Amino acid sequence: MVTATIAPVLALSGLWDRVFVFDRYGELLHLLSQSVLAGAILGLVGGVIGTFILMRDGAFAVHGIAELSFAGAALALLLGFDVVTGSLAGSVAAALVIGLLGARAGHHNALIGTLMPFGLGLGILFLALYQGRSANKFSLLTGQIVSVDRAQALEMAVGAVVVIGALLVIWRPLTFASVDPDVAAAKGVPMRSLSLAFMLLTGIAVALSVQVVGALLVMALLITPAAAAVRVTASPLKAVLLAVLFAELSMVGGILLALAGSLPISPYVTTISFAIYAVCRAVGALRRRFSQSGRAGGAGRSRRSGGAGRPDGSGGPDSPGEAGRADGPHAGGPTGRSDGVTRPGDPGRPEEAASSARTDR
Amino acid sequence: MTTHQTPSVRLENASLSFGERTLWSRLDLEIEQGEYFAVLGPNGSGKSTLLKAMLGLIGLSGGSLRILDRPARRGNPEIGYVPQQRPFPSEAPLRARDLVGLGVDGHRWGPGLFSATRRRRVDELLERVGASEYASVPVGLLSGGEQQRLRVAQALASRPRILLCDEALLSLDLNHQQAVSRLIEEYRRESGATVVFVTHEINPIIDDVDRVLYLANGRFRAGSVEDVMTTRALSALYGARVEVVKVNGRYVVVGAGPGEGAEDCHAHDVEGGA
Repeated sequence: MVTATIAPVLALSGLWDRVFVFDRYGELLHLLSQSVLAGAILGLVGGVIGTFILMRDGAFAVHGIAELSFAGAALALLLGFDVVTGSLAGSVAAALVIGLLGARAGHHNALIGTLMPFGLGLGILFLALYQGRSANKFSLLTGQIVSVDRAQALEMAVGAVVVIGALLVIWRPLTFASVDPDVAAAKGVPMRSLSLAFMLLTGIAVALSVQVVGALLVMALLITPAAAAVRVTASPLKAVLLAVLFAELSMVGGILLALAGSLPISPYVTTISFAIYAVCRAVGALRRRFSQSGRAGGAGRSRRSGGAGRPDGSGGPDSPGEAGRADGPHAGGPTGRSDGVTRPGDPGRPEEAASSARTDR
Repeated sequence: MTTHQTPSVRLENASLSFGERTLWSRLDLEIEQGEYFAVLGPNGSGKSTLLKAMLGLIGLSGGSLRILDRPARRGNPEIGYVPQQRPFPSEAPLRARDLVGLGVDGHRWGPGLFSATRRRRVDELLERVGASEYASVPVGLLSGGEQQRLRVAQALASRPRILLCDEALLSLDLNHQQAVSRLIEEYRRESGATVVFVTHEINPIIDDVDRVLYLANGRFRAGSVEDVMTTRALSALYGARVEVVKVNGRYVVVGAGPGEGAEDCHAHDVEGGA
């Protein structure tokens, strides 16, 4: 791509023709409709579970599971078994190990960091031993679309029903346990079982995704759409819906673009997915800066919601400033301030200047 | 359902230890329904552990702990829990109203979307703690004081008969400490609920507290504020000279120098140093 910018126009157009191919498109679309369907199923799964993965800060776990899934798939390829089953076995094993050895996602990065290269190493070993078509090998890492047949599409549909069905059942307690673990535990939410169940569902979702986008790029499907969604909404339901929309755009859009060419599908998917993220980030930043509906994330911005001005006095609304401190030295002295920030104005009537003390997290 | 005879919390010969280390033992205590009870002590004295035991999250090593005349258990709807303020990630897809909603039905199975009943209840709770105006703001963008109001709303969602507060005013400035503690006291007066407040700083709630339990160095002392917050009582607990001074109805505890076994009581030095 980079060399293309300095190459002659002819080479540039040659590259363009390789990246975007639409010869006999209608025929191909018909032939590969199973793949498009599989992509749509994956988009749905990725968008829904991605939002929860994000809430639980589990991106790294996804990456770790994907490498083990790759190892499982490579082993299946070597032994002549079904590749989907192999990748499912690999990711479920990884998910179980991570889920059993750590209570919460994000708290076991060292474990995942240890598992991941091991999985990748095993996968490379199995592929090196494999004597079959080399295209099969590469596609496990970088994705493919042509080989999705009816049976595989059905497998994916079943996997999707399992993942989304289970998520619907554990929806509320999982949300509670993910965003507010202390209170969730106090309310009797079964933290460990939920964590384990969620890891298993993540494992299944990863195994499904590896088929199409490849082990190295599952994040584009399971993380990026949700990460984009939370940039533009804070409503949990809207975040899920938007994440699904973004994942569908990336997956189905990517497949449709990749269909007629000879290039792998993943660059298309990852590029669309990244572009959506970039746009959402920009939109989110602009909204927070200029609109009344979002609060200022940084210093000195308008901070009221719903366009309503802050009513004066009533109940002494809180002023900003403390939000960024987890365990600062405890307050309680007559000044009450423990962080040394001098905040202008009295806290009963915060004014614009007061929000300059807000910490951006 | 009058339960004036049944104590909210009853500990009998209770002890708790982790391996070799005994946090406290032979603790007998009854907290009456409607009482405002503070659990004080330095870090590591086992006061938060006592709270966890009441929540049914950890079992005692010995003795018994009954909540409303039944053994302590996880997820008791009679208990509301107000945690210490901790920042949320600014990206968390969670608005103020969603946080309160989790207190209403977050422990139930199913997606529970589009429930009008829950919506009404959440609005009511937000109104009660004066948080309606920032109901749709992401929790990650709220100040600590605003978050703690939501925590109170969240805890009140199940109309608990016991409110357990774990350092709920920590890291708030004085105004917000007062505002949040007022919400807690209002609920207690109105509903006859018991408040058990774990803190290492008694002053923000001193006007409301009926009795205290002071834990330190594996020892404890329970009684009225006047009985416990004395130079003599605290020196005995810490096993070192500790000065307790009362200024304008507020207590200042000044620990002995480091190396004398009472380093923890610097927790109270803030008034003295301010």
